[in-house]
Amino acid sequence: MRKNSPTSKGILSSLKIGLKTGLVGAILTVLLSLIGMVEAFSQRYIIHEVISMGHTLLLLSGYFIADRAARRSISKGKSLALLNSLISGFLSSGSLILLIFLGAFVNLRSVFINASPVLYQLLLFGEEIRTGVLLLFFVGGVVGFFSGLLYLLTGWIKKLTLIPLGSILIAGVLQDLLRPTLAAWGPLSILSEWIFTANGLSISGAIVLGVSISIGSLLWSFKGKSLQRGIKSLSGSKRKIFTYAGFLTLVFLLLVLPHLLGLFLSEVLTIVGLYILLGLGLNIVVGYAGLLDLGYVAFFAIGAYTTAILTSQELGFFHFTFWSALPIAILMGIFSGVLLGIPVLKMRGDYLAIATLGFGEIIRILVLSDFLRPWLGGAQGIGKIPKASIGSFEFARPQEIYYLILAGCLLVVFISLRLKDSRIGRAWMAMREDEDVAQAMGINLVSTKLLAFATGAGFSALSGAIFASKLGSVYPHSFNVMISINVVCLIIVGGMGSIPGVMVGAFALVGLPELLREFAEYRLLVYGAALVVMMLLKPEGLWPEAIRRRELHEEPGEKLSNDSTQGTSGS
Amino acid sequence: MAILIAKKVTKQFGGLVALDRLDLEIQERSIHSIIGPNGAGKTTFFNCVTGFYRPEEGEILFNNHSLVGLPPDKIVRLGISRTYQNIRLFPNLTAMENVLVGLHGHLKSNFFGIVIKSSFTKREEAEAAEEARNLLRFVNLSGKGDFLAKNLPYGDQRKLEIARALASKPKLLLLDEPTAGMNPKETQDMMDFIQRLRDELGITILLIEHQMKVVMGISETVTVLDYGEKIAEGSPGEIQRNPRVIEAYLGRGSAEEVAAA
Repeated sequence: MRKNSPTSKGILSSLKIGLKTGLVGAILTVLLSLIGMVEAFSQRYIIHEVISMGHTLLLLSGYFIADRAARRSISKGKSLALLNSLISGFLSSGSLILLIFLGAFVNLRSVFINASPVLYQLLLFGEEIRTGVLLLFFVGGVVGFFSGLLYLLTGWIKKLTLIPLGSILIAGVLQDLLRPTLAAWGPLSILSEWIFTANGLSISGAIVLGVSISIGSLLWSFKGKSLQRGIKSLSGSKRKIFTYAGFLTLVFLLLVLPHLLGLFLSEVLTIVGLYILLGLGLNIVVGYAGLLDLGYVAFFAIGAYTTAILTSQELGFFHFTFWSALPIAILMGIFSGVLLGIPVLKMRGDYLAIATLGFGEIIRILVLSDFLRPWLGGAQGIGKIPKASIGSFEFARPQEIYYLILAGCLLVVFISLRLKDSRIGRAWMAMREDEDVAQAMGINLVSTKLLAFATGAGFSALSGAIFASKLGSVYPHSFNVMISINVVCLIIVGGMGSIPGVMVGAFALVGLPELLREFAEYRLLVYGAALVVMMLLKPEGLWPEAIRRRELHEEPGEKLSNDSTQGTSGS
Repeated sequence: MAILIAKKVTKQFGGLVALDRLDLEIQERSIHSIIGPNGAGKTTFFNCVTGFYRPEEGEILFNNHSLVGLPPDKIVRLGISRTYQNIRLFPNLTAMENVLVGLHGHLKSNFFGIVIKSSFTKREEAEAAEEARNLLRFVNLSGKGDFLAKNLPYGDQRKLEIARALASKPKLLLLDEPTAGMNPKETQDMMDFIQRLRDELGITILLIEHQMKVVMGISETVTVLDYGEKIAEGSPGEIQRNPRVIEAYLGRGSAEEVAAA
């Protein structure tokens, strides 16, 4: 007994990992149920009549928690890792069982309004309580075990499990995007009819989708590498042709996109596009120059209101067209960016964030005020803002406004890219890294900071001007602090200072919630959770800058060889 | 001829007198060391020269140009650059970008030139990149330009910091403990390197250093500070023999040890 006690103690202490992680999982699953997310999402199916999004949510959280458990205990041995993920899986579902029993004896609804019989029925898979509880417990264990097993597996088997499941999941989540898109294409519409039902994938569709995608990925992993190598080994001019072909395809896709997507999705796309514009502007201020600006919405409002005042027929002060108002709106944005910049020049970090937050509110309250009502319309806002038009073509419907926003995005991306690898971009980034040393390297902090504020504000005002013309009216409540917060979030989630990161962030945080209508209620919660999870697991963001990603995820040897090739090509 | 003249420089932090009427002259093209126990005011003096601090009294003249009250970015443009005691690179920029930031004051491209990529900007960027590569080669960091500064080993970070300082084309370079944390071999390399800076580039070097071997090995003049006051100045030989220095700086017990070295 005595001899064994140290090892059994060791095992017990390593099982603690599973218990601890499982406890997090337990809290997570109960929380998801009690706040009503499971119930809200259960209306929508991933696979029709088989698995709903609500259940998927629970399964996914169980899966990731068990994966965490396995990851954290892998140093103690494979069997222990598996055991730990099993434990955490059981805990995640066990807590739900406790919740069900608790709910049977105590009326939880007085506090948790969502703890309804409907929820319990969902958690019990619609079964009668005894079978349901057993089933739930069993499912938790299976998910935990499966997750641990998948973590331990490598190569083919892992890929062949994850890829089909992942693709079915993605297809299910994006069904509102995929179904109408596919349906718009004659021959594909039959396919789409067959894969998707009105609510979720059909069973046969899911199977076929999973199988075909895994076959595709198998083929790609066999042939893909040689294909890539083939492209790389091509001579310079031929490779250029490939790049151009890829580029042209992308341009073509971007141009026809709204026609493929239809009205609703184009509308979503324009919202995402406006946020990309905002994000790219704030990316300069926060991502490059490191100045945390929480009042960013102010410039959006200034751009929108300037356009409104100059063009609105309701006010009738001026009769500018959209195009003549646009440069003035941008200039107003730049001017107010400098105006905000001057008083906060000496502020850093938290203080800057608070001061700019105040500025954002000041603008909103000014616009709302009775004092300025004759000019800005107060709470009623300003209406009858004409649409932008070129000749007889009017940017009226979302599909048309899309092009306006696309042009804006391209322009802003272009300017951002140029600035990034320049004297100015480097000065911004040096200032972000160490303000004092940057100054000691000859960087004039005043002009550099003001330039960052002005550039960001200009981009934001551009977005605002398009927004005003898109809606045809502006109201103070469109410019609340949530917009600033959204933009900051999408930059952080996408990857600070990364231009593709801003786009990915905008699609993930703005586009996805529009597709998943049930999300709306939980948007803030999901933002918060996403930020915390990102900071813990992927602090560099979803799509970080190339350099940062390489430094974080590549072997040193590869880096060196990269360097030497670049060195020789440079010299 | 003196390149830097400090006259009665006084810097106080509340009641603490960090620099007490300090007089100092640095000769052009010399290697001048400042030594002294911790808290003697060496780094404070550096901060006064580079514009981080503004001295309460006194005057600092660089080539007969007063530095007091000028911001750091103006001072570096006059030709004074520095490194830091605890390395202060831009950690998330690459080595190359760090050096390019050092060149900032010598680049003239403006916003619109950059956006439309005018021929001037193009040429200037190409020249700057070439110069940065040369500087990296000069400090033996060629091929490491794409590394993030924070991922370089310690010794390379020190070198990179010097390369960045050199990028601003200084006439006077202030090095704050360049050999801190280095082994004897690295220390010797750094000493040779500092001498090369002076001999090949003609840069005047002002050095804060704790390793006596370095101080005595390369400097022509040594100034000893204690409690913000200058207590001795002279050639390394004179300083080594100065009993006041040995007592104040090294303590009584170490007197024989220094004599032996």
